[in-house]
Amino acid sequence: MGKTFAEKILALKSGKESISIGEIVTVSPDAVMSHDNAAAISKKFKQIGVNKVIHPERIVIPLDHCVPAATEKYALNHKVIREFVQEQGIKNFYDINTGVCHQVLPEKGHTLPGTLVLGSDSHTTTYGAFGAFAAGIGRSEVASIWATGKIWLKVPETIKINIEGEIPKGVYPKDIILYIIGDLGADGALYKAVEFSGKVVRDMSVGGRMTLCNMAAEMGAKIGYVEPDEKSIQWLASRTEKEYKIVKSDADAEFERIIDYDISGLEPQIACPHTVDNVKPVSDVMGTKINQALIGTCTNGRIEDLKIASDILQGKKISRNVRLLVFPASMEVFAEAMEKGIFQELVKSGAVIMNPGCGPCLGAHEGVLAPGEVCLSTANRNFKGRMGCKEAKVYLASPATVAASSLYGEITDVRRCLK
Amino acid sequence: MIIKGKVWKYGDNVNTDVIFPGKYTYTITEPEEMAKHALEDLDSNFTKEVKKGDVIVAGRNFGCGSSREQAATCLKYAGVGAIVAKSFARIFFRNSINQGLLVIQCKEAVENISSDEIITIDFEKGKLSCKKGIFNFPPLSESVLGILNDGGLIPHTRRILGIK
Ligand code: SF4
Repeated sequence: MGKTFAEKILALKSGKESISIGEIVTVSPDAVMSHDNAAAISKKFKQIGVNKVIHPERIVIPLDHCVPAATEKYALNHKVIREFVQEQGIKNFYDINTGVCHQVLPEKGHTLPGTLVLGSDSHTTTYGAFGAFAAGIGRSEVASIWATGKIWLKVPETIKINIEGEIPKGVYPKDIILYIIGDLGADGALYKAVEFSGKVVRDMSVGGRMTLCNMAAEMGAKIGYVEPDEKSIQWLASRTEKEYKIVKSDADAEFERIIDYDISGLEPQIACPHTVDNVKPVSDVMGTKINQALIGTCTNGRIEDLKIASDILQGKKISRNVRLLVFPASMEVFAEAMEKGIFQELVKSGAVIMNPGCGPCLGAHEGVLAPGEVCLSTANRNFKGRMGCKEAKVYLASPATVAASSLYGEITDVRRCLK
Repeated sequence: MIIKGKVWKYGDNVNTDVIFPGKYTYTITEPEEMAKHALEDLDSNFTKEVKKGDVIVAGRNFGCGSSREQAATCLKYAGVGAIVAKSFARIFFRNSINQGLLVIQCKEAVENISSDEIITIDFEKGKLSCKKGIFNFPPLSESVLGILNDGGLIPHTRRILGIK
């Protein structure tokens, strides 16, 4: 019987010939990511009582969660991190002019096929889009890896999700993953590895695959995974000189479940307050008034997302009742959006362009909500209080739906704006 | 380890944002301070009335969402003796163990426990007693127990590295 990607890579990284599902193995990750929480982690690291991190070259730290610092506390937090990376000789440090961690790590070549990447952030699953085994862990665990280079992981079962059919007009990778989460539920893939496959995934851009893997976390998955192909290899080619070996599931691998979706009839999807699996077709919530629209975050702040939005908004003005905030996921995306004239279009339509970073996604700064307000966002989470106010509501949708809705000041079927 | 306490019962998918709001993740750094905001956006009575050793009993996927460890830390420092749930989100489960907070997965028990009753948990024996009877839960794997017994991952790592 063949093995899944997850089984193969954990065997490889634990140095074992073969391992079985449910087994607990000790592994050495190739890269370990932390962001603004690196300050708290450095405190825990010092509690362990080790002076030097064991593998400085494997540590990656982008600052993104509250950049530039909104308050003295955040500023101090960043200062502690800058001093720590200096002191420890950590080269892969990306200051506030780089971008959101889950965009930055792939861009800087830290998420190669066949590698094991762990991060103190739940959406670390994003890197599975490149064929890495990438999972979220906690802060103490990162501190412990800094000290020992090792950690325990349980070998997960794998759910294979086949996505077939023709993508209908107005439907994007975000709609597809929202639909799947709505169908399987917030714990539909709890503890499991999720392998996305099928024609739709093969045809999808690398950015779209990142959106799928990013949101796999929202159904409880340990990792998301897409088998590397020409497209992802090409994407990485200019970003790394390191050698890597692709690891993929055997043709006769045993999956816990195989789920087939045909998305040919799908309409744009919306995740309604206050859970990500509360997903409805747009026709059910059309007309819901919105106060703020947000395009960005690690889920949908890539160049193609901004392009789709600017195409929809081109030559038009957003509603007077809406603030449209645009957060490019990284400085690379920012630069490209400038070059391509995307920002000009967005600004002419009334958008506010922000610096790369998480922005108000986690309710820290730069556009938090007031009681009673409604935000339509391209982010991955709509929990109560997520955007800083528990009496506000957050709906999630694709960048296209968010752009279209900002024109009308209410949740809108994007197909009405497409030729 | 024997835990005896009053039950705080909640539903499915209690997420980390309602356990410990994101807006505090970088502004509050001391565990005692974190405890004052535990479950703030879910149950405003919790921090006012919780007593040391009380037990949270919840449905499926407890702790889903963010990887923030403070979600486990704030509950521990609020005095929570254990969490019993139908299932746990995986990072929350790890974080709890790493903070030395007992987590017990037992669907049957959850279905039979009511809010406010006093329950007793014998962690080593894997037994939970409540008004409706006694329920057994499976022991944790050895490597995980090792971390709990050392009082969490940081002390555990110290022990592994031979640091006194
Ligand atoms: S953009 Fe939002 S979901 Fe993504 S890493 Fe930042 S806070 Fe987390």
